[in-house]
Amino acid sequence: MTVFLLRRLLQAIGVVFAMSVLVFIGVYAIGDPVEILISPDADQIERERAIEALGLNLPLWRQYLVFLGNALQGDLGRSFVFNEPALQLILQRMPATLELAFGAMFIAILLGLPLGLYAGLRPNSIGSKVIMAGSILGFSLPTFWVGLMLIMVFAVQLGWLPSTGRGETVEVLGMRWSFLTWNGLQHLLMPAFNLALFKISLVIRLTRAGVRETVLMDYVKFARAKGLSPSRVTFVHVFKNILIPVVTVVGLELGSTIAFSVVTESVFAWPGMGKLIIDSINVLDRPVIVAYLMMIVLMFITINLIVDVTYSVLDPRVRLESKA
Amino acid sequence: MTTPPTLEVRNLRTHFFTRAGVVKAVDDVSFTVDRGKVLGLVGESGSGKSVTGFSIIGLVDPPGRIVEGQILFQGRDLTKLSEEEMRDLRGNRIAMIFQDPMMTLNPVLRIDTQMIETVLAHQKVSREEARQRARDALGQVGIPSPDERLKAYPHQFSGGMRQRVAIAIALLHKPDLIIADEPTTALDVTIQGQILAEAQKLCAESGTALIWITHDLSVVAGLADDIAVMYAGKVVEEGPVAEVLDAPLHPYTLGLIGSVPSRNRRGEPLRQIPGMTPSLLNLPAGCAFRSRCPRAEPRCAEPPPMAEYRPGRFARCIHPHLEEVAAA
Repeated sequence: MTVFLLRRLLQAIGVVFAMSVLVFIGVYAIGDPVEILISPDADQIERERAIEALGLNLPLWRQYLVFLGNALQGDLGRSFVFNEPALQLILQRMPATLELAFGAMFIAILLGLPLGLYAGLRPNSIGSKVIMAGSILGFSLPTFWVGLMLIMVFAVQLGWLPSTGRGETVEVLGMRWSFLTWNGLQHLLMPAFNLALFKISLVIRLTRAGVRETVLMDYVKFARAKGLSPSRVTFVHVFKNILIPVVTVVGLELGSTIAFSVVTESVFAWPGMGKLIIDSINVLDRPVIVAYLMMIVLMFITINLIVDVTYSVLDPRVRLESKA
Repeated sequence: MTTPPTLEVRNLRTHFFTRAGVVKAVDDVSFTVDRGKVLGLVGESGSGKSVTGFSIIGLVDPPGRIVEGQILFQGRDLTKLSEEEMRDLRGNRIAMIFQDPMMTLNPVLRIDTQMIETVLAHQKVSREEARQRARDALGQVGIPSPDERLKAYPHQFSGGMRQRVAIAIALLHKPDLIIADEPTTALDVTIQGQILAEAQKLCAESGTALIWITHDLSVVAGLADDIAVMYAGKVVEEGPVAEVLDAPLHPYTLGLIGSVPSRNRRGEPLRQIPGMTPSLLNLPAGCAFRSRCPRAEPRCAEPPPMAEYRPGRFARCIHPHLEEVAAA
């Protein structure tokens, strides 16, 4: 286990390094922030001074080395726009996005697993056909449209739920969280559900496919031949086997949900990281973009590691022994 | 009053209602297994022997279903029992062992979990006692240091060891009937021998009746008391194992015996049965073996009845080998 973790740590460092190069070059390629940031009225001298202050006069490789040097000391640069440390900007917005993403994942698992299980166990029933048809909708309806429709129905017509913002927040561990207040929870519900829609469908389909495959296995028939109750066969023998693919996909989806919840955040004016990155891309705020992408890389690496460790808990055959 | 035999199957028909038509996997099968006896159920793949086994234990999956017949287990008709009552018997009074030991144990559950749940499914005992029972059962089938092995996962066992675990699970409640569906087919010959010896010992000691499903005549020869040969969903010949193997009545049985390589016929080409098993979807009328039978004649287009040609020797054929034939 320790050897495994150490090896993964080394790999992670390599990935982070490679990503930093790619991100830096990519961001450099999408445009020159000078044109956007500096007022068109500014004269040549002011322009030169600003470019020098932002460090944009240096060649790309020098800019990268400066960034790398600072990054190793925990400084990912200052936002051109807000003139605040980019990392701090991102961290301020992170709780909002995290609670949105985890809320969505929670809903996806809460609804997706039982529905998928049902659809897998009774593939020919009307209920499971409805579920499967519904999951196609979940896959194919565009998020922004569903979001707008949810607002139309639940906020405008019925007036049950608030349409925008985070509502009341509570400060825990120096960060502000909505899900701890009733009002905040109401604000969270609709965007989280909107974001969850796609994942619910995904979990349903994965679970169903897993169940359909597993129930045909000899060990399930053997479990029945032992005289076990149907619930024990389903919830112990079948369920534990289908969890492996579900955990993988849910883990990876969690990463992409956190990283790319942009659309939902925009529709519901949810002040999270997604909105920050879109705004930053619009004004070519390079340090924020780079810092954000580096954070996302770190997050994916961490999630993958957690998924691998969870695997070994679920499936004894992939126990992470130090067999190199 | 005499006690009824452990198992008596009467005119069992299990059909599968598929889109392509009705598959008559088991079509009028009858046999009896007494206490402590071993019945060898022999046939090619697709002859319906496994479906017969699953019918007895009540695990025929849709679209299959028992359409006719009685399965009398100690006098009780299993086809009349509710699912609850069947579950009470399964793993308790009637146990089953499957063909592929690599697939019968759940890969993500420890051996102790899979054994203890079987004990607890049928008896109200403490977990500790259930574990004790599981350990004893492992020891009984010859697994060394059962205490440690209980904590292992299936993938840490070899195929032979896994089959022993499966057998230990089947033995947990000292069942009255064990259905063994080709349990040694996937194993080495030496392991096969050990397992056969254990099975024999068990039946003799505990009075358990055993149905040993196999396509391997040599296994049946050493193990079974009686033999029932199945072809295309029907029992075509039945009788005491030594007599059937020495002087088969049905041409199919003779063909099967001839297909076994033997030292006595070194150098000669193996006698094969020409053709292949007919599709169960559209069986020819009359004797299903007709198209491959060297003795076929127009009369075979009528379904042949099961008839007793010698005392205790039944065959479903109108022109059995009553003369002396050199089988092997």
